[in-house]
Amino acid sequence: MTVRGLRSRLRSGVGRAGWAVADAWVIGRRYLYHLLRKPDEIASTLVIPVLAVLLFGFVFGEAMGAAMEVPGGDYREFLMPGLFALTMAFGIGNTTIAVVTDASRGVVDRFRSMPIASATLLAGRCVADVLAAVVDLTLLVVMGLLVGWQWHNGPVPFLIGLGLLLLLRVAFTWIGIYLGLLVRSPEAAMKFFSLVFPLAMVADTFVPTELMPSWLAPLAAWNPLSSTVIATRELFGNPSMPGDTWIAQNAMLMAVVWPLLIVAVFATLAVRRYRRLGE
Amino acid sequence: MPSVFDPSHPAVLTEGLRKRYGGSNGARVLDGFDLAVAPGTIHGLLGPNGAGKTTAVRILTTLLTADGGHAEVAGYDVARQPAHVRTHIGLAGQHAAVDEFLTGRQNLEMFGRLYHLGARRAQRRTAELLERFGLTEAANRPLRHYSGGMRRRLDLAASLILAPAVLFLDEPTTGLDPHSRNEVWQAVRSLAASGTTVLLTTQYLDEADQLADRISILAPSGPGGGRVIAEGTQADLKARIGTDRIDVIVTTAEQVELAARTVGDVADGAPELDSANRRVSVPVADRVSALAELARRLDDSDVEVDDIAMRRPTLDDAFLSLTGRRVVADENDAGGAGTGRTG
Repeated sequence: MTVRGLRSRLRSGVGRAGWAVADAWVIGRRYLYHLLRKPDEIASTLVIPVLAVLLFGFVFGEAMGAAMEVPGGDYREFLMPGLFALTMAFGIGNTTIAVVTDASRGVVDRFRSMPIASATLLAGRCVADVLAAVVDLTLLVVMGLLVGWQWHNGPVPFLIGLGLLLLLRVAFTWIGIYLGLLVRSPEAAMKFFSLVFPLAMVADTFVPTELMPSWLAPLAAWNPLSSTVIATRELFGNPSMPGDTWIAQNAMLMAVVWPLLIVAVFATLAVRRYRRLGE
Repeated sequence: MPSVFDPSHPAVLTEGLRKRYGGSNGARVLDGFDLAVAPGTIHGLLGPNGAGKTTAVRILTTLLTADGGHAEVAGYDVARQPAHVRTHIGLAGQHAAVDEFLTGRQNLEMFGRLYHLGARRAQRRTAELLERFGLTEAANRPLRHYSGGMRRRLDLAASLILAPAVLFLDEPTTGLDPHSRNEVWQAVRSLAASGTTVLLTTQYLDEADQLADRISILAPSGPGGGRVIAEGTQADLKARIGTDRIDVIVTTAEQVELAARTVGDVADGAPELDSANRRVSVPVADRVSALAELARRLDDSDVEVDDIAMRRPTLDDAFLSLTGRRVVADENDAGGAGTGRTG
């Protein structure tokens, strides 16, 4: 194999969209190998949602269902879409830690010294996280079915709902990538993760925002998580009490707009940050 | 645009490179850094911790932008043509930049794919490199189970996938045991023999001595830091740094003066006296004959000798000769390739 041969091949490839997709897949596959070698990562993402199914589904569930007067009376039907979205948001922890670990070990230096587009490398992380999220979601759907949750509107709305959830994950992945490039150690990344907790709670996840105090309700309603939760409840035919604010009434639209907006902002920030890493 | 294959043009060239971290009040890390590396040679960039070696490498490998000055690699301007530079370089840094969870083979194939070799060529190149670095047997084991030396060799292999014109090795043996260090040295020598230009940074004079055709010495950080204070072949520098030394350790501090007088005319230069450590350090031209003569004289005298040691000049000695001041030794560097300090 000649050096010249390698180079000309390389140069012809620079800047082509086809290569970008191929590169992102190569990087994405790398992270999937990681997942195979440490399945505990998937497990750790699922601990909180699974505990939440048990805690909110059974311990508080009956009382909450009765107090909230859930249409149809089944709190678990109301709860599951909230937990799906919650899991998508919690994925940010794995993303951030993986990115900061890479950056601290020098692998990122090698990638950056290679002729590959920065956006491609980061997109690879996103690809892997979304595929991991498919695994998360599958397990949670099975868990939901076990505790009596169902989708009622047929397969197409069900799949669209899952699509919206994955789109939310894409958005959170880019926030996670940016944070991972911002902090210098996995320990520092953990601090950010504690902020995700209130973010995931102050939303339509466990209770309708309408039942929250009036100063908190708008905050929760405009939380991107709420739009996805309300939209998936409607698509799955699960009980929903969105309220009559504009943001709640346009949940389906906003479940698309919010993630796209977040990706636009954070992907830009992340790529810029990536190029200047170490300055 | 100068051609990559022009043998008269330096493979690496910097002129007055400047860099400081943390805004205009930040510490100056490089301040007028000049370097010229001829194609096909190994060039050692020698300096203590914090002297700016890594910063220089990061600028040359497009990872960092300089504040001022000019830098070229393989004939391409680092600031204006980073994409071209990246297709001609390989980088192996202080941390093995390979994936812990992937096998050796998966690592190399991944980098091959990212260089757009295509699946089959990536596989072929991987097999070649594994063979060359003696890692074929370990190819299908995850890197977590590799030794430090194996990991570093795989890292080196990964930096060579594209058969780069210029290879940057940033302290390639830091933290390695002597055996692994020798493995890496062997690999670097065979690379240079095949025509690759190598820029190697190191804290150890011994390492630069072993590998490099020419050596640039970076001043320690601080006033006057961030620039090259001496450049040349080993022979050039030896003349400036001083020769080998014999250290005589005596039993009491009072004996230091006496010992210095006794061995004075064996020395090739003024002996250095260190009462605190009960040591007389004698520069010598020919180690073996000087040692015999020195031992004989000490034996005939009343000097009570505790120990005699021969050693090569260290980086500390070099700085003492070049700048007239000692570099404060870094405690963290006691291990690793530091074993290379005694000759």
